[in-house]
Amino acid sequence: MQNNKKQFLTGHEVVVQAALDAGAESMFGYPITPTCEILSGWFESGKKCLQTEDEIAAGFGVCGAVLAGEKSFTASSGPGHILLQDSFSMAEAMRLPVVLIVGQRGGPSSGTVIYSQQEVILACFGGNGEGMRLVYSPSNLSELYLLTRRAFNEAWKYRYPAIVLTDGYTLKIRQNVDFDQFKKIENIPPISLIPENKIVHWPNIYTAEEELNIVLENTKNDFENIAKEIVSFESKEIEDAEILLIAHGIVGAVTKIAVEELRKQNIKVGLFRPITLRPFPKQELDKICGWKKIKKIVVVESSFGQLARIVRDQLAPEIDASFDYLQKPGLGIEPEEVIEFVKNIKI
Amino acid sequence: MSENLTTPIGRQAKFCPGCGHPIVLMMLQRILKQHNLEAQAVLGLDIGCSLLAWNYLPINTFQTHHGRVVPTMVGFKRARKNSLAIAYVGDGGAYAIGWQSLFHAALRDEPVLVIVVNNTVYGMTGGQSAPTTLSGQKTPTSPDGFTGNTMYGPEILHQVSNPEAFIARTAVNDPKQMLDFLDKAIKTQQAGHFALIEFLSFCPTNWRTKGIDTVKFLEERLKSVFKVGEIK
Ligand SMILES: Cc1ncc(C[n+]2csc(CCOP(=O)(O)OP(=O)(O)O)c2C)c(N)n1
Ligand code: SF4
Ligand SMILES: [Mg+2]
Repeated sequence: MQNNKKQFLTGHEVVVQAALDAGAESMFGYPITPTCEILSGWFESGKKCLQTEDEIAAGFGVCGAVLAGEKSFTASSGPGHILLQDSFSMAEAMRLPVVLIVGQRGGPSSGTVIYSQQEVILACFGGNGEGMRLVYSPSNLSELYLLTRRAFNEAWKYRYPAIVLTDGYTLKIRQNVDFDQFKKIENIPPISLIPENKIVHWPNIYTAEEELNIVLENTKNDFENIAKEIVSFESKEIEDAEILLIAHGIVGAVTKIAVEELRKQNIKVGLFRPITLRPFPKQELDKICGWKKIKKIVVVESSFGQLARIVRDQLAPEIDASFDYLQKPGLGIEPEEVIEFVKNIKI
Repeated sequence: MSENLTTPIGRQAKFCPGCGHPIVLMMLQRILKQHNLEAQAVLGLDIGCSLLAWNYLPINTFQTHHGRVVPTMVGFKRARKNSLAIAYVGDGGAYAIGWQSLFHAALRDEPVLVIVVNNTVYGMTGGQSAPTTLSGQKTPTSPDGFTGNTMYGPEILHQVSNPEAFIARTAVNDPKQMLDFLDKAIKTQQAGHFALIEFLSFCPTNWRTKGIDTVKFLEERLKSVFKVGEIK
């Protein structure tokens, strides 16, 4: 499919294509809206696929395949995403390059079935660990393709589990994707974690606190070192901005439109859109907020402040811009709402 | 038992003296060696006293989560068809927390070998009652004697499994039968089918038994409730 330059595809089709192009050999999954069509699309591709009894088995199935040296993935949402955190925490502990596509839906519980940005904390910090995983948030279908390719590549290169955190709106819309621009991406080959010619004894539980502590310190140090190579973000109109809007995913795309419009009205507003939520582009944000004349930071999101929690946690404490929030949990956000909100801000 | 003290690869064994786990592992190693399958075998461990086997045998071994070893080995086997995929799990891991996955692995006839070590209790966490606890058995969570029903895992799985699958129960004091069943189970996986062997096993620590009483408890109590043999 890569030969055909431009294609008009749904988000589901983009994910399937990206996973195929990334060299994934198998998928394990349990149906849940809005990711069902990724599972059925993978079945159609003719690659290995297992519809499991639940998401627990899907996640551990992926772990098993990955241990055997196969690129494998799953896709889920909301209540299924919760169950997947069981296997994901094993993947975090053993540094298994598991790839998970999350199509966020409203929560808590079964919530709504198409859209929210309420799985940010779960994706970034779910499980009884320290959030040592890669989390990508695409704002359109080209980026969904690119970030799915990156998730596979970076998971296998750096040995961390990876989540592409998207939503049902993004998965269900159709957009033109120009595949020409992705031709140069090279795949990181998988490695056999349980080799066939060598004996491995691999613990995942420790008797001494000190033993685990050493493992955790190493995992964290590695994570910090690779962060430089992984973090990505988009910024716009930040040079003279006094108000900085921070948004991710599809809300990031909406906020960008709002910034363009507000600039036409001579309002000094800029955008910071984290593309990786883990690792978070912390230094880049600090730089923008510290060096520039940012007086107000507005976090825009379809949740009660899940992105805001991460931003406040990551931002250097000496930065004294004040915060404001536009939060619509489980609801889409229109550019006009952002524009209206910003115009009412007094700085 | 003196063979408990060191593992076949010379490590300090962590199982309690008199435990049944090392017997199962020794039998497994013997049969793997006999068939020259040590390089192909991959041993996934559940969490429970099973986890203590992580550096026990000269074969590839890794630990997973409690109740999750079966789906992990299902994924492993699907990715590496030429491996001998073994899921090693306690009765709690198999029949309580991991039952859903075990049941469906049998239903789908996944070509994995599941070894269930049935000591009638949650050994690792202090001997609480399990689905396999016997009527009247005293445990920290059934202090007046267990009043629930006892679960017959292999018999239930037999109802939903493929006719070509191998499902059996043996006991750690019957080496001949253990080797025979392991042999058949391995051949079953090689033929592309599901296999499960439940081993009635000793847990002197939680049974609070000593010496011959441990064997007696297995011979007289366990075997009167759990029928050993191939389940047909
Ligand atoms: C999800 C989860 N719940 C509970 C535990 C605590 N836990 C560890 S081992 C175990 C029971 C093990 O019993 P069994 O599977 O029969 O194995 P045995 O120790 O008897 O060999 C439990 C409940 C855990 N590790 N993970
Ligand atoms: S608690 Fe029981 S099963 Fe666990 S090692 Fe000790 S004797 Fe064996
Ligand atoms: Mg037990």
